[in-house]
Amino acid sequence: MTTEKEKITESNVNGNNGNNNIELELEHNFRVISPGRMVAKRFFKSRLSVAGLIMIIFVFLFSFVGPLIVDATWGYKENQVFKIERVSDMFTTADFTGPDGMKYTYYDKSQTVITFKAPPSKDHWLGTDTSGFDIFTRLMYGGRISLVISFIVIFLETFIGIIMGGLAGYFGDWVDLLIMRLVDIFSSLPTLPILLVLSATISSIEAIPPEHRIYYLMAFITLLGWTGVARIVRGQILMLREQEYMMAATTTGISSLHKIFRHLIPNTMPQLIVTATLGLGGVILYESTLSFLGIGVPFPRAAWGSMIALADPAKGQDILANYPNMWVPAGILIVVTVLGFSFIGDGLRDAFDPRMKR
Amino acid sequence: MLKYILKRLGLAFIILIGASILIYMLSMLMPADFIDTQTAAALQSGAMTMDDVMRLKELYGLADKSFGGIMKSYFSWLKSALSGDLGFSFLYQKPVTKVLSEYIWLSFMIAFISYILEIAIGIPMGIKASVNQYSAYDYTVSVFAMMGTALPSFFLSALLLNVFAIKLRIFPLQGLTTATKIFDKNAYIQIFLDKAWHLVLPITVLTLLNAGYIMKFTRTNMLEVLNSDYIRTARAKGLSEKTVTYKHAFRNTMIPLVTTLSGMIPGLFGGAMITETVFAIPGIGYMALRATLQGDIPFIMGYNMFLAVLTVLGMLISDLMYMVVDPRVKLS
Repeated sequence: MTTEKEKITESNVNGNNGNNNIELELEHNFRVISPGRMVAKRFFKSRLSVAGLIMIIFVFLFSFVGPLIVDATWGYKENQVFKIERVSDMFTTADFTGPDGMKYTYYDKSQTVITFKAPPSKDHWLGTDTSGFDIFTRLMYGGRISLVISFIVIFLETFIGIIMGGLAGYFGDWVDLLIMRLVDIFSSLPTLPILLVLSATISSIEAIPPEHRIYYLMAFITLLGWTGVARIVRGQILMLREQEYMMAATTTGISSLHKIFRHLIPNTMPQLIVTATLGLGGVILYESTLSFLGIGVPFPRAAWGSMIALADPAKGQDILANYPNMWVPAGILIVVTVLGFSFIGDGLRDAFDPRMKR
Repeated sequence: MLKYILKRLGLAFIILIGASILIYMLSMLMPADFIDTQTAAALQSGAMTMDDVMRLKELYGLADKSFGGIMKSYFSWLKSALSGDLGFSFLYQKPVTKVLSEYIWLSFMIAFISYILEIAIGIPMGIKASVNQYSAYDYTVSVFAMMGTALPSFFLSALLLNVFAIKLRIFPLQGLTTATKIFDKNAYIQIFLDKAWHLVLPITVLTLLNAGYIMKFTRTNMLEVLNSDYIRTARAKGLSEKTVTYKHAFRNTMIPLVTTLSGMIPGLFGGAMITETVFAIPGIGYMALRATLQGDIPFIMGYNMFLAVLTVLGMLISDLMYMVVDPRVKLS
């Protein structure tokens, strides 16, 4: 900002030489910055938002470009089974009293050949999991599905929220009353337990093929999540519709629909973009929780949540204790993604409205 | 005041009726209920016929899956729910209200202790971060707070278990009591200590996950207050920075803080589903997850309604607290 001011004063000083020069000089030295550019400038000034952007770009490249590279170089996908043989030693000991009355300790060393759970190697950077899948590749595909689900859900939520909130805010009266009671009812529902009920339902219907389950999942998360956007849009519109430019719009005689969607909704966009960005992380957390419980993205598709589920102590401690390569990377990726979205969301909020800077 | 409270209660009642209709519809949509899963083996072997299963379902009001049938059974559910009877849990073989009243206390205790810890950690850190805005401290604390909200509870639990239960062997892995130890019936202190030892990790998980939220909330509201004119006046008067921060600024930050924190109290009874399940702590969240995965419809219905009541109660309490704490708020 300071550089612009300096330029203006500079041009004024130069302009004193001759009046004809003023305008020319101004045009030459004064740069008009569009609101969008200004937002971008403020956004990139914050270190946290840049860090968030880098994190998200990394996750995107990892999960969308990564699989292509793996497919092109090694030629396999997420559910390619590798049988890597390795010898596993198993010791058992037992005490017994021999016929001679002496105490003996009996050692038994048995060797079994296992083909799964290979340790990290040059071919499989993070090893293979309990089913013999390459973990590194599955991380990529898991990220792909998480990101796709979260973007689609947020898009749908925003879409439904805009329509419901827009109608409630603009028409007021009984429309508002009806829609807002609906919003109240939906937001009083406990999100995770209801999601569990719905996903358990879908998993138990045999007529629904497992690969379609993800679409139902997205619909359910949307169903339970649109109320936040509706509230925001309604609040903004209640405020905006009293402003003078709306009266100007009314005097031109345009239709209500036109007024809502051309003049009111675009003004609520900055706040919606912020809410949507912050919401992306939340959807990823819900999806991975469901996958962790085994009722989200169905096996054999990869999902970060179900990769962490391998470490669930209810299924034995072996993986939790001895194979961190199977579950820690997935957890780190979830944290990086969710954190990245919240950094960007916070950065955008500050950039759109510097007064809201916190 | 009374009129306002009555109006809000009426509204809460309407919301809860709506929520109960939705939850009932959704849980009745479950195609396989507990009776199906329990009788599947008997059906297969021929010990029961389809007619027997249908008769069982009839008994529990689960037979008719048409819209009219669901509505009919909904109204009979509503009638008994209003008189305090939430039905009989298939899985636990007890009335739902009894299961709830038995298991919420453990969940509440865990949640309450971590609630106190969250406040004790979050508020001072939030104040310090806001006073030193953009300092290294502020950045570090903010990043940690955001990390708390970004961590999935099951991942954090697994990490803590890996380090403290398996590598260092300080804390037990799962459960509420040590199975190998047999205590004397009167050794209350030992039993209590044993249980407390098992609860350290779950409480840590909940605290780490939520302290960040309270910290961020405190920081945001503190910054807003610190930018207001009367703070400048206080500074201009020559008051010490400590007085300005704690006596002038923090007192006004208390308004949103008390409102939000008191609204969180009913939710403490709801149980932490995932954390309790990972640590196998028999709280209400753990019981509810098991019931949900097995299609125990009366329990699912009762538990979800219980949670909806807690949510509505929380909103009501925070609205009322807002009026109590801030005398400027007028009733509308």
